[in-house]
Amino acid sequence: MSLPPGTLFLLAAALLFAIGAHGLVTCRHLLRKVLALNVATTGVFLLLVTLGRSGTAVDPVPHAMVLTGIVVALSTTAVALGLIVRLQRQRP
Amino acid sequence: MSALAGVVLIVMGLLFFLSGTVGLLRFPDVFTRLHAISKADTLALGLVCAGLALHADYGALQLKLLLIWLLVIVSGATCSSLIARAALAHGIRPWQR
Amino acid sequence: MHPVEMLFDALLLLSMVVLAWQGVHARNLFRAVVSFMMFGLLTAVAWVRLEAPDIALAEAALGAGLTGALLLATLGRLDQGGRATRLRTTFMRFSLPWMALGLAGTTLLLAVTLALPAPGLDEAVLRAMPAAGVDSPVTAVLLNFRAWDTLLEIAVMLLAVVALWSLGQDVLASTPRLPAPALPALVRLLFPLFLLSTFYLLWRGGHGPGGAFPAGALLAAGLVLALLAGARVPERMTGAPLRCALAAGLLAFLMVAVGVMADRGVFFAYPPQHAPILIAMVEIAAGLSIGVMLTALFLGGEPTDVEGGPS
Repeated sequence: MSLPPGTLFLLAAALLFAIGAHGLVTCRHLLRKVLALNVATTGVFLLLVTLGRSGTAVDPVPHAMVLTGIVVALSTTAVALGLIVRLQRQRP
Repeated sequence: MSALAGVVLIVMGLLFFLSGTVGLLRFPDVFTRLHAISKADTLALGLVCAGLALHADYGALQLKLLLIWLLVIVSGATCSSLIARAALAHGIRPWQR
Repeated sequence: MHPVEMLFDALLLLSMVVLAWQGVHARNLFRAVVSFMMFGLLTAVAWVRLEAPDIALAEAALGAGLTGALLLATLGRLDQGGRATRLRTTFMRFSLPWMALGLAGTTLLLAVTLALPAPGLDEAVLRAMPAAGVDSPVTAVLLNFRAWDTLLEIAVMLLAVVALWSLGQDVLASTPRLPAPALPALVRLLFPLFLLSTFYLLWRGGHGPGGAFPAGALLAAGLVLALLAGARVPERMTGAPLRCALAAGLLAFLMVAVGVMADRGVFFAYPPQHAPILIAMVEIAAGLSIGVMLTALFLGGEPTDVEGGPS
């Protein structure tokens, strides 16, 4: 195969981001929007780590960024879900 | 010799995975599907772990494989029981006939 | 790369993309959430393929486990059978322009990334490693070179907990709805293992893949499993002790950062002879605190002495 290493992962990262961004715009239900946001985030993480591998050695900086990013993404999700539940309680 | 035995064990494990998956896709209700997937996959993972252990060089790795298998047995059995109880609580009757 | 590996990657990534699509657009919400959880599991496998075992561990515990539990709990809190969930739109008017735009973006991105200069920051990190005080480059970046970022990320998590508490939501009911004797038994069996692996990861963070974030994720997974099995906090743990545990990571981090200013007057400039012990202290405090914060995020509201909380 003549493809450079990581091409498949880059392609998947771009597709995941596209699915996430598309879902964020087209879905009406807020929970789906949160899911779409998470999918897009995963796409970005995948892109970062794959790019970090394209050099001679594994680059630890994107690694560290993704590691903290996953935890921060979960915090965002938790707050968003809390807001959704609260919103539905107020406007039945 | 042990390398060949390892490959044979892994291939057998994969066959059990395949049969469990066929059961998951073809069986009529949630209970029979659980029956297929939990038993076949536990055995399959055990066979794959045993095959990999024959390929492993040092003892710690074999112990880790054994630990993986034991953890999957315990958690798999619990998950199956939880899913079956949840299905029963939702009023799904086991398939008869 | 071996063709078989390539085939495996292609299959893995293809199923990830399909599951991601289902996770956003599946017919009912439950199906979407379950697809998203499977997507998280496959993402963990993808991290293993990218040789990032610590990210894989955090993803398996958080992306698939905790996020899934959180989403399912939210599904239980939202009342079902409400309005139609899908935006009615015609394929031609809405999806087609988006797909064209996405395709163009993908092609551009591929072209740009393949043309990027290869060396990233790995050489700079490698040169600075002898002064880092730890052997693992990832931990060195997290807790030494870019400790400022990590400090703020922990502050963001604490803010998220505060935001959730201020919404005044009720705490997730911790008693399981159906009797399941196997789950508490499993938790009793596995919880010591969770604690053991948490401390193993904290210890390992100094010289290999591991560290505060995977350890915190694992601890949170254990605590949430215990909560799902019906565990409750002892009453004396709610209130001030819980708040202290939540803030401990941030406070320890800040104290170390300010404390080392006595030496050279620079924020986060560890004195080299004390760097290992200081980083280890920060790592342990941050890891345990991250675990408690993630569990608090799962619980939702502030646990009072009547309701459940982290055990």
